[in-house]
Amino acid sequence: MTDVPDRDVLLEMQRRMIRIRRFDERASKMVKRGQIPGTVHTSIGQEAQVVGATMALGTQDYMTGNHRSHGHPIGKGAPLGPLMAELVGKGTGVCKGKGGSLHLADFAVGSLGESGIVGSSIPIATGAGLSAKVLGNGRVALAFFGDGAANQGCLYEAMNIAGVWKLPVIFLCENNQYALSTPAHTVTSGVIADRAAGFGMPGVRVENGQDVLAVYDAVSTAVARARADEGPTLVEVVTYRFNEHSEGLRLGVDYRNADEKAEWVAKDPIELFKAELVRRGVATEQELDQLAADVLAEVDEAVRFTDESPYPDPSVAFEDLYTDQPQQPALAGAHQ
Amino acid sequence: MTVMSYLGAIGAAQREAMQADERVIIIGEDVEANVYGTTGGSGKSRAQQGDFLQMFGKNRIRNTPISEEVIVGAAAGAAMTGLRPIVDLSYSSFLYMAMDQFVNQVAKNRYMFGGQASMPVVFRSAMFYGLNTGAHHSDRPYPMFMNVPGLKIVAPSSPSDAKGLLRAAVDSDDPVLIFEACILWGTKEDVDENEYRTPLGVGRTLRTGTDATIVAVSGAVPEAVAAADALAQEGISVEVFDPRTLVPLDVDGILQAAAKTGRLVVADPAHRTCSASSEISALAAEHIFDQLKGPIRRVTTPDTQIPFSPALEKQLYPNRSTIADAVRASLGERRHGTDGANGRTIADDSIDVKEVPAS
Ligand SMILES: Cc1ncc(C[n+]2csc(CCOP(=O)(O)OP(=O)(O)O)c2C)c(N)n1
Ligand SMILES: [Mg+2]
Repeated sequence: MTDVPDRDVLLEMQRRMIRIRRFDERASKMVKRGQIPGTVHTSIGQEAQVVGATMALGTQDYMTGNHRSHGHPIGKGAPLGPLMAELVGKGTGVCKGKGGSLHLADFAVGSLGESGIVGSSIPIATGAGLSAKVLGNGRVALAFFGDGAANQGCLYEAMNIAGVWKLPVIFLCENNQYALSTPAHTVTSGVIADRAAGFGMPGVRVENGQDVLAVYDAVSTAVARARADEGPTLVEVVTYRFNEHSEGLRLGVDYRNADEKAEWVAKDPIELFKAELVRRGVATEQELDQLAADVLAEVDEAVRFTDESPYPDPSVAFEDLYTDQPQQPALAGAHQ
Repeated sequence: MTVMSYLGAIGAAQREAMQADERVIIIGEDVEANVYGTTGGSGKSRAQQGDFLQMFGKNRIRNTPISEEVIVGAAAGAAMTGLRPIVDLSYSSFLYMAMDQFVNQVAKNRYMFGGQASMPVVFRSAMFYGLNTGAHHSDRPYPMFMNVPGLKIVAPSSPSDAKGLLRAAVDSDDPVLIFEACILWGTKEDVDENEYRTPLGVGRTLRTGTDATIVAVSGAVPEAVAAADALAQEGISVEVFDPRTLVPLDVDGILQAAAKTGRLVVADPAHRTCSASSEISALAAEHIFDQLKGPIRRVTTPDTQIPFSPALEKQLYPNRSTIADAVRASLGERRHGTDGANGRTIADDSIDVKEVPAS
C-alpha cells in the first residue's frame, strides 16, 4: 500500500473526476444539439479508473489513450478550453481542429495522443518508456486501453519488449466489460491481468475500479516500480461505462441488461468519493459542493471559449504534415 | 575519398550519426551481431575495431525480438519524446507487419495532433529482389508508402548517396523510410569519408543527353546508366536522372530533365500499377505535355508476384536492355527482341547476382 495522499491531492482527484463528468455531459448535450460533429465516446462512470491512474503520474510522465479519449487528458491536467474547442473543430483546439474527439493530445501535460485505432497507441507509449530509459530522465509512460484492445496482438509485442528491456511502462486496461456490444468474457480467454505472468511482470486486477483510491494505489505501486528501474506492470481495472458506447448510438439489441446497469450506476465513483472525503473529514459536504460548482463554471468557460473561437483557415489542412515543407496544394492535386 | 561499397557507406553513415548525437540509437533484429552488415566495423569479427555494440553499448544498440509492430511503434514513440532512432527492419517485406504503426501512428501523429509531435525516426529496410529469395522477401514496396502523406521516402542508388541521404534522414525531424536495394550492396565507388549530407528532394543527373530522358529509381539507376552508355555507341544521346528521394520528389528536376529532350522513359523496379513510375509519368503528363514529342514509356516490374526460380525471376525487373529498348521505341526505332509495352521483358543476364554479398 502506498501512503494515503494528502488533502490537496485528494481534493484534486475529486476535482478532476468531476471535470471529466461535467465535460462529457456537456459534450453529450452538444452532440445531441448538432454542435459537435463526428463521433464522441464519454468516460462517464469510469472517472475513478481514469483519475486514479493519471493522478499517480506526474505532469512530465507520458500517457497515450484510445477513442474514449476526453478523460485521459483531463485527468492528466489539460485545460478544458482547447479540448472543447477541438471537439467542435475550432482553430483554437488543442490539435488546431485536426484531431477531434477521437485524437486529443496535449503534449504540454505529457498526453502523447489518443488513438482511434483500437490498441494502436500501446507501442507509442512503450517507445516513450524506451526514451525515458535511454535518456535516464526518470519519466514513466502509461498506456490506456480497453478490454477490447486487450485482444490486439500489439499489446503482447509491447509487453514482451517492455518486459525484456525493463521499460518504465504501465499497461492500464480499462475493463469496462464491453467492447462496443461485445461482452469481454465472450471474446477473452482467461483473465486479462493474468496475462502479465506470461511476460514475467506483475499483473494487478483492481476489482473495484469505482474507488479512485484503489486505482491510485495500484498505479502508484506500478509507477514506483517503473521509476526504480524494475520494469513494467499490467494493471487491469474493472469498471463500467454509464452511457452508450458512443453518444447518439442506438443499437437494436439490449446487450447490457437493466439490472446490471442499475447495479453499476449505483456505484458512481464521484458520489462514492464524495462520501469518503466527508467520512474522512477531508472536506465538508458544502466544500465539495462548492468544488463541483467551480468545475461547472470551468466547463461553462470552456464552452464560451469554444463559441468565441474561429474555425481554422482552410490552409491549415495543409500544415503540420512535415516539419520542413509547406504543402504544395497544386502539386498535391488538391486545388486543381 | 575512400572506396566504399553501398553497404559499407550505410554502415559509415550510421557510425557517424551515432557518434555525432547521443540521441541516435539503433533498433532492430540481430543488430548486435551485425548480421546485416551495417552495425559493425570493417572486419567480420566482433573483436575488431568498429563493432557498434562495443562502441556504443547496449543502451543505444537495441537488439529486438521479432516484433515489427512494436519495433516501429516504439521507435515512433521514442522519437516523439526525445530520441532519434534508426530502425533496421532488415527485409522491406517485413514492413507490412507494422503497417498499422506506419500508416496510423508514424505518418499521422504530427498532423493529427496539430503539429505537437515531431517524429525524427529513420526506418531502413533492404529490398532483396533479384536474389532468388521468392515472393516473401523480394518486395519493392516504396510506392505503397508514397501514398501515405507524412512519410518521407528515400531510395539511394549509389554508395555516396546511401551515405549522404542517410545522414540527412537522421537529421530530419520527420519520419523517413529508406529503401535500400540489395543488388547494389556490392557496388563500390569513391566516397567522402568526411561527414556530409545529401539533401532530401534533390535529384541527380547522371548523364546529360539531348535525344531522350530516362528517369530511373533505385536499382534501375545503374541499369539506366548502362543503357545510356550503350545507346551512346549507337549515336543516341540520353539524359539520365535519379530523383534519389520519392517523397519529397524533385518534381522540377524531373520535369526539366524530361522537357529537355521531349522523350521520357521511366524505369522503376516496383510493380507497375501505382508505382513511382506512375506518379512520375503523371506529373510529366500534367505539367509538360506540350513539350513531349511522344508518349511516355515505362519500364517496370509487371504486375505479377516474384517467382523463386532464376529462370523465372530475372526477366521481370527493368534492365539495361529493356530500358534501352524503351528509349529506342520512344525515338521511333524498332525494339531489339523485347516486348516492353506491358513492362514485360525477356530474360537478360545484365544483372549479375553473384556479385552481391550474401547477408
Ligand atoms: C482496430 C480497430 N478495430 C475496430 C474498431 C472499432 N471500434 C471502436 S471502439 C471499439 C470497441 C473498443 O472496446 P474497448 O477496447 O473495450 O474500449 P471501450 O470502448 O470499451 O472503452 C471498436 C470495436 C477500431 N476503432 N479500431
Ligand atoms: Mg471496453
